[in-house]
This record gives sequence, C-alpha cells and structure tokens, in this order.
Amino acid sequence: MDTLLLSRIQFGANISFHILFPTITIALGWVLLFFKLRFNKTGDQKWMDAYMFWVKIFALSFAMGVVSGITMSFQFGTNWPGFMETVGNVAGPLLAYEIMTAFFLEAVFLGIMLFGASRVKNWVHTLATFLVAFGTTMSTFWIIVLNSWMHTPQGYEVIDGVVHATNWMEIIFNPSMPYRFVHMMLASGLTVAFLIAGISALRMLWGDRGEAVKSTLRFGIITGAVLIPLQILAGDMHGLNTLEYQPAKVAAMEGNWETQSNVPLVLFAVPNQETRSNDFEISIPNGASMILTHKADGVVPGLNDFVGEDGEILHPRVAPVFYAFRIMIGTGVAMLLLSWGGAFLLRRYGAGEMPKLPLLAFTAMSFSGWIATLAGWYTTEIGRQPWLVQGVLTTKDAVSDVPASMVLSTLIGYLAVYAVLIVAYIGVITYLARKATKGEPFSNRRYPRRGEVNIATLQPGE
Amino acid sequence: MDLFGDPAVWLPWTFAALMGLSILIYVVLDGFDLGVGLLMPLANDDEKDRLVASIGPFWDANETWLVLAVGLLLVAFPPAHGAILTALYLPVFVMLIGLILRGVSFEMRAKAPLSQKAAWNGAFFAGSLLASLSQGFMLGMYIMGLTWTLPHVGFAVLTAVFLTVGYSFIGAAWLIWKTDGDLQQHAVRWAKGGIWGLILGIGAISLATPFVSFRIFEKWFSWPEIGYLSPLPILSMALVGYLWWKLRRLPFVDDRWAWTPFAAATGLFVLAYGGLAYSFYPYVVPEQITIYDAASAPESLMIILVGTLFVLPAIAGYTVLSYFIFRGKATELRYD
Repeated sequence: MDTLLLSRIQFGANISFHILFPTITIALGWVLLFFKLRFNKTGDQKWMDAYMFWVKIFALSFAMGVVSGITMSFQFGTNWPGFMETVGNVAGPLLAYEIMTAFFLEAVFLGIMLFGASRVKNWVHTLATFLVAFGTTMSTFWIIVLNSWMHTPQGYEVIDGVVHATNWMEIIFNPSMPYRFVHMMLASGLTVAFLIAGISALRMLWGDRGEAVKSTLRFGIITGAVLIPLQILAGDMHGLNTLEYQPAKVAAMEGNWETQSNVPLVLFAVPNQETRSNDFEISIPNGASMILTHKADGVVPGLNDFVGEDGEILHPRVAPVFYAFRIMIGTGVAMLLLSWGGAFLLRRYGAGEMPKLPLLAFTAMSFSGWIATLAGWYTTEIGRQPWLVQGVLTTKDAVSDVPASMVLSTLIGYLAVYAVLIVAYIGVITYLARKATKGEPFSNRRYPRRGEVNIATLQPGE
Repeated sequence: MDLFGDPAVWLPWTFAALMGLSILIYVVLDGFDLGVGLLMPLANDDEKDRLVASIGPFWDANETWLVLAVGLLLVAFPPAHGAILTALYLPVFVMLIGLILRGVSFEMRAKAPLSQKAAWNGAFFAGSLLASLSQGFMLGMYIMGLTWTLPHVGFAVLTAVFLTVGYSFIGAAWLIWKTDGDLQQHAVRWAKGGIWGLILGIGAISLATPFVSFRIFEKWFSWPEIGYLSPLPILSMALVGYLWWKLRRLPFVDDRWAWTPFAAATGLFVLAYGGLAYSFYPYVVPEQITIYDAASAPESLMIILVGTLFVLPAIAGYTVLSYFIFRGKATELRYD
C-alpha cells in the first residue's frame, strides 16, 4: 500500500477513535446539566445519584476525547501538510477559534465541574456544568463549520494556488453547515440517549430497582423516542442538500450508475466498480427518485457522469459509501423501532416493571449510536473523495512524502493502543454499572438545595 | 490597520510571540504534570493518590496549551508546521501515544477495578515518560536543525534525558508547594535528586546552540549584545544557587517558602526558553524558513488576532480562577 492510502487509513482510524468520545460528551454535558437542574429544583436524591454515576462516565469519555483530539491537531502536519498550505487561510482561523473559544473553556471548567462541588457554591458548580456543556457544543460548531466548508466551500478566492478568504459569513454559514451541525448534534443526543437507556437497562437486569436507575431508563427511552424522528427528518434534508452540492456522493450512496429518471431504491446490492453496475440488486421501483426528488419520474444523478474524458474516476469508491450509508439507515430504523416500542412499554408497565426482553434489547443497543455515527461519517467523508476540499484540493495533493513504512508502523501502533483502550473503556463502564447496582453509594455528602445552608456532615476518612 | 507599520511584518512577529508564549506556558504547566507522573514509581501507594490529586483539576487545561501552540503553528505558519512535523514524524507519534496513555490512565486508575490499579499506575508513569522523552528529543532535533544525522540524534537523546529529569524536578517542586507531611519531605528529596537534570540540560543547550550555526554564535558573542545578554546566564546561575541552598533547608515551620522552588524552577525554564527564542529568531524552521516567509495571509491572521485579544484575557482569567479554587494543599479528589 502506498503512503496516500495508508495515511487515509491512519487519519480515518484516528478520527474514528476520536469522534466516539465527543459524540458522548457533547450531549452528556447537557444531560448532566439537566440532572443537576432537576436536583436543584426538586431536591430529590435520585437526580444527584444519576448525576454522580454519569459524571464519572463523562470524565472518562472527556479524557479519552481530549487525548485522542491532540492526535488530530498533529495529524494535519505529520500526514497532510498540503492541506494547511493550500487552505490554511480558511481552516486556520476556524481551528484557532475552536481552540480559544471552546477547548480552554471546557478544559478549565471541567476541573471545577468534577472536583469543585465541595469547594464552590452550588450555583457556581451548576454554572461550571453549563460552561462545560456549552464549550463542547461550541467546539462542535467550529469543527463542523470547517468540515462543512470542505464539502461545500464558498467565500474564498484562489491566488497562486493558495486559498484566501474573501467573506467570512459565507465561509461560516456555508450551504451544508446548518444541516451537518443539526445532524451531528442529534446524533450525539441519540448516542447518549441509547447509552443511558442501555446501561440503565443493564443495571435493572442485574437487579437494581433504585429510583435513580428507573429515572435514567425513562429519560433515555423518551429522549431517544423524541430525537429519532427529528434525526430522520434532519438526515433527509441533509441528503437533499448533498444532492444539490455533491451529486457524486449521492449517486454512490444510492448505488446509481446512470443519470436517469425512475431510479429504484436499492435496498441491497454488491456494487461492482469493474463492470460499473450492481450485482445481486434488491430494489424498490422508483424509490430513490421519490425520496430525492419527491416524484416517481424524478432524475437522479448517476456515477457515470463523474468519469473524466481520459477515464479518470472523479467519484468516490462506491462500495464503502454504499454500505456505510445502509448501516447508518439500518441502525436508525432499529433505534426508531426500539425507542418507540420502549416508550409504549413504559406507558403500559412503567420503568420498574419493564419486561426482560426489551431490557436486553436496550442493553444490546447501548453503543448503537457509535455505529450509526461512524457509518454516517464514513458515508459523507469517503463520499467526498477524491476531493479533500470539494473542487479545490484533492486528497492526493495534500499528503506528505513520509515513507509508507513509517505511516504503516505508526498506524499499527495507534490501532494497538486504541484496541486496548476501547476494551478498557467499555470494561470500566460496565464495572461502574456493576458497582452502582451493588448499591455502593457514590456520595454520602448532603447536598444543599438552592437557598439552603450547607450543613457540614462528618465523613469517614475526612 | 497601518497603525503599527506594515502588517506583513508585525503580524507574523505577534503570532510568533503568541506561539512562543503558548509553548512556554505549556512547558511549565504540563512540565509539572508530566514531572509528577514521572515521580509515581518513587511514591508509595497512599502517596500515589495524592500525587494524582495534586494535578487532577489542572492537567486537562494545561495540556490545552500544547493544542494552542501547535494550533498557532498550524494556522499562522502552515509551511513550517508541515516541515517541522514531517521531520519529527516518529517522535511526535511517541509523544502522542504517551499523552494518550497518561490522560486515559489518569481516569482509569481511579475507576477501573482495584486489581487493575497497579497496571494503570504503570501506564500513567509510562505515558508521562514517553511524552517527556519525546519532547526533549524533539527539542534537541529542533536545535540541531531537524536533520537526522548520528551526532544530531545523539544530542537529541541527551536533551531527552535532561528535559525528562528537568520535568521531574519541576514536578517535585510543585509537590513541595502542594503537599505536606512525609510526602512533602519526599518531594524535597526528589527535587534534590532531579536538579542536576535541569542544570545539565540548560548547560548543554546553552553550549551547543551557538555552535550549531555561525549566525547564532554572532548573535550572542559580539559587542554590545553580549553585554545585554549577560543577565540571562547570571540570573540562571543565581536561581540554581538559590534552589541548591533552599532545598537543603526545606521544609520550614508554617510551610514558609514552600512555593519558592516551583517559582525558581519556573524562572529557570523561562530564562532558558528566552535564550532559545533569541537564538532562533527570526527562523521558525531553523536556518531554513523565517516567520515572515511562512506566515499566513495578513487578512486571516488579523481575523485570529482580533479574536485572540478578546479571548486570551478570558482564558487567563478563568485559569487563574481555577488555580484559586483549588489553592492550598492537595486533598483527596472527590466528585461530590
């Protein structure tokens, strides 16, 4: 394999590992704020128990996100020097704003949020929780702005092969940014909803019938059931936006080779790039035309339009985009069925009497958000190839000239470390769930509510 | 915006200064974090928890200065970013693996089952060690002009060892400030054991740098520059002498002067760093690319600078707030 492909795999591996953790912390920060505010309002200990359990998982995920994110900032220089040399005038300020407005905010207030509860007033702690959640969202915003600009660039001019910014409003509010930002925020919300529902279900299967775990199960199921239809709508609108700006990607997602009307919706196939057709296709007539143009005889772009006169292929490799898209959709449908089914059972039985089978299903779906998120990112990012910045810079023009062997050996190193860490991460979450099920208290401090005086209680070991 | 003259001149200079400041803040702040990690094997089990507690609320924000430094290099001097990081491909990889291990084991050692705690403590130490060594190695390679020849690598190995011991020293100095009792006395002993790394490191870099290029030699050893620069080595020697003297007497009753070793160590880092910055200016890639050649377009730099002027004071403010909230001796880390 050559340096280009290995560098792509390495970047893919690093960013895939990284995105797992922000996907959790972006929404979990807001969920923790919700738990905290519920506690401030009701004074019900269960909300503090829920907070104390999930703040540990937040801390762990945050640390994983920070350290894997540092890798990303170096990858630009080590593997893709052409990226910043060409589009640095646009990418630079966006990244700088992310670091300055988001990273420091979340990193500093995380310390206060995690360890400061006994050192600051309750409202300061609540404020710190808010600022951490706000910081993660700001960080999402800036990085999505940059990513979206790479898909749908505007507001720039090219002078001597280098991109210069001409209109920052156009750059920030580029055409795909609003769709991508909403899609990602909802993806994070769904990931956290299913994680909370899944871990709560696991604790109930292990025999935990505490108020906190019932509340978090209810919270996870209802949040999932509310967000999933919104996500399907957002995803559909994002797809239509992609059809307008990146038709080659949509053609690969649909597995459609010829530009034509009455295009079927391909449910399953094996795309064959040699014969430029699909093998073993199972499809619904007119389906893709209906979804993308809302007309049965609507014209859908085909991959054969994106082949140069000299036979150069200007569309992405079809199979990874085609399959990744189907995995995302499939996971989304499973989420829809399970969360709505779960919501129905909640009404019927209540969280405490939830039957075993749905509890098992929720446990199995604990990390389904990760699968859908990764599959979605693969669809959109591989779907942009061969471009790194659509129409401006190709991926192969940005890669560094380090030897392939060096990229390969570091790739193996990263993968080995990531494999160990992901096992350890999931292991620790289940261990914490097990410990919580045994009823070991996370805290025997008495929390003052708003307006109450903090009465110091004696603690063992203090 | 011609207030300060040609923006193509003062903007790169300003960004070089900002980047230099970020690296300096990173080296001091994460230096003590990494140093505390390096001291882990010397501490007993109870002390290990307090070691970690002393840096718990800070390490994350401290590490962000590295992201800002490399981010400024990336955004303000894109060609230099590419040139430096491709030349340092392997040590960067080692550092990243080290930082990953350090940050993750920080959380894991407290949350994983007790039976795994020793292993995560080991990973915490190993991560701190890999990160420190690779940073020292990169420093050495940078001074030698980023070319991989045997003597250069040899020098970089030396700076790797010295910076690592130097980090352990500032880590011990931090512990003298933030702990008390037996642990504080241990920290005094560790600091005494580590001060040679700082002295040899600063000495080796000071001796080697002028001989790397005639340009740097000229900058230091010509009249009247040598006169202006003389406070640098003199102050450094005074600080080393102070540390040497103070460490033999610490701790005092009422914990007086416990903060001074950390302050003096910070002073030494600042002086050594100032000397380096003076040597290499105006080059960002030694002897190859100046900050003026590598700078991004002035319009883009201006956009970042305007934001920086608003945001940096806020960052400084809430960083100080955080150190104030967690002032005093480090106690057990609790979420509640």
